[in-house]
Amino acid sequence: MRRVAITGLGAICALGRNIAEFAGALGEGRPGIGPITSTDVTQLRFQNGAEVKEYSHQSYFDDRRADFMDRFAQFAVIAAREAVADAGIRWTPALRETAAIVTGSCVGGQSTEDIGFHEVYKLGHNRVHPLTIPKTMANAGASHISMEFGLTGPSFTISTACSSAGHAIGQAYWMVRSGITDVALAGGSEAPFSFGILKAWEAMRVVSPETCRPFSRDRKGMILGEGAGMLVLEPWDMARARGARIHAEMVGFGMSADACHITQPSAEGAARAMRAVLRDATLAPEQIGYINAHGTATPANDTTEVAAIRAVFGKHAGKLAVSSTKSMHGHALGAAGALECLAAVVALRERLLPPTANFTESDPECDLDVIPNHARAAEVEYAISNSFAFGGLNAVLALRKA
Amino acid sequence: MSEELIQRVLKVIATSRRIPLETITIDSEFQQLGIDSMDAVEILFALENEFDISIPDEEVRSVRNVRQMCEGVEKLLAAKPGAAVQ
Repeated sequence: MRRVAITGLGAICALGRNIAEFAGALGEGRPGIGPITSTDVTQLRFQNGAEVKEYSHQSYFDDRRADFMDRFAQFAVIAAREAVADAGIRWTPALRETAAIVTGSCVGGQSTEDIGFHEVYKLGHNRVHPLTIPKTMANAGASHISMEFGLTGPSFTISTACSSAGHAIGQAYWMVRSGITDVALAGGSEAPFSFGILKAWEAMRVVSPETCRPFSRDRKGMILGEGAGMLVLEPWDMARARGARIHAEMVGFGMSADACHITQPSAEGAARAMRAVLRDATLAPEQIGYINAHGTATPANDTTEVAAIRAVFGKHAGKLAVSSTKSMHGHALGAAGALECLAAVVALRERLLPPTANFTESDPECDLDVIPNHARAAEVEYAISNSFAFGGLNAVLALRKA
Repeated sequence: MSEELIQRVLKVIATSRRIPLETITIDSEFQQLGIDSMDAVEILFALENEFDISIPDEEVRSVRNVRQMCEGVEKLLAAKPGAAVQ
């Protein structure tokens, strides 16, 4: 098995349009949460979200190309462009032929579908736009990335709700590690700010009417986010040989299914995913220094996740630094695992652990060191990034400082 | 609280949770009825449709039994525009 280097990073989300802005906001503990502007929210119980501010496709795509892409697919390509440029990959025909793309998305282009359905159901039009299907399909992100760079290797999309990007990056990691491919682009993208989708989230009664306060006693639920995160993964030795900058090493991937309930999280399922990643990485619990938590700020997730961390790490749980960066970039659903993996990579690289923002009051049921409100300078060797999802399908990634 | 309101709430719970009406009383706890958080969210949705009311998230956080649910519905019905003249 080959060691796997992370050589390219790309992000677009509420915290910024690139990795530098993303890392800057995380380091300052500055949330990107504010009033939702991309759709009318007067008929919604919640008004705040973590949107990409003042986004226009025209900065990135000509109008005709954008016609073919839902916002979520645009984000995927934007983050992929940054990650590929950052990695400094020189595409050869052989590399293009085998390069893998694995993306995650939960709702895909449902915002486009929402518009089409509004037109037929509400406005009584007799037709929807012919690009509704290709814009809606969840794999559109991966497809547009493949066309952007002319990559023809194994490419696919994983949709496991809020674990989508975690599963996608994990699969790509295993593909590089095992020798199936010599380079993989992996991550997730999401753009759920469409009225019908927001109404569906409202009905779940899990969205906060104010902001996202993970692990805080007064937490009131999640804040939806959007954006994309992409990483370039390649064999460690090949990255070194070509003199690439290695941001971090990916060292493990663990998965589990709760087999319990379609929405309620299970501490046992989460714990099994964390044990699986430690096993895959051949790490002892005591070697982990930082956890980027799933930390949605719903009453159910946070207490369950803390219980799972305590079950896996035992006494060491008290020494762990744990934070939820969803408090800043929101819950970007199928992109969440990618943004959070990037946050963990940046934390290892910058030796600066991002905080849990908006934290006001300790909760006895979430009694871990959650890095409240201010980033912390710390040298950490190993970190994990948790993704737990509705449907109970869990993905955890393990990283090592380069 | 009117008996009619109670019966309508019980019927909504029975239909939504797919359990026999006679297994539910005003004194039932959600836990006894096997109502978990997702079931409760579905019942709230059905109550909103049944009574044409909007139930705020804040109102439902502490609701654990049928009596609290009936009281909540009664309060929201009383606050409905035109409720006084009906």
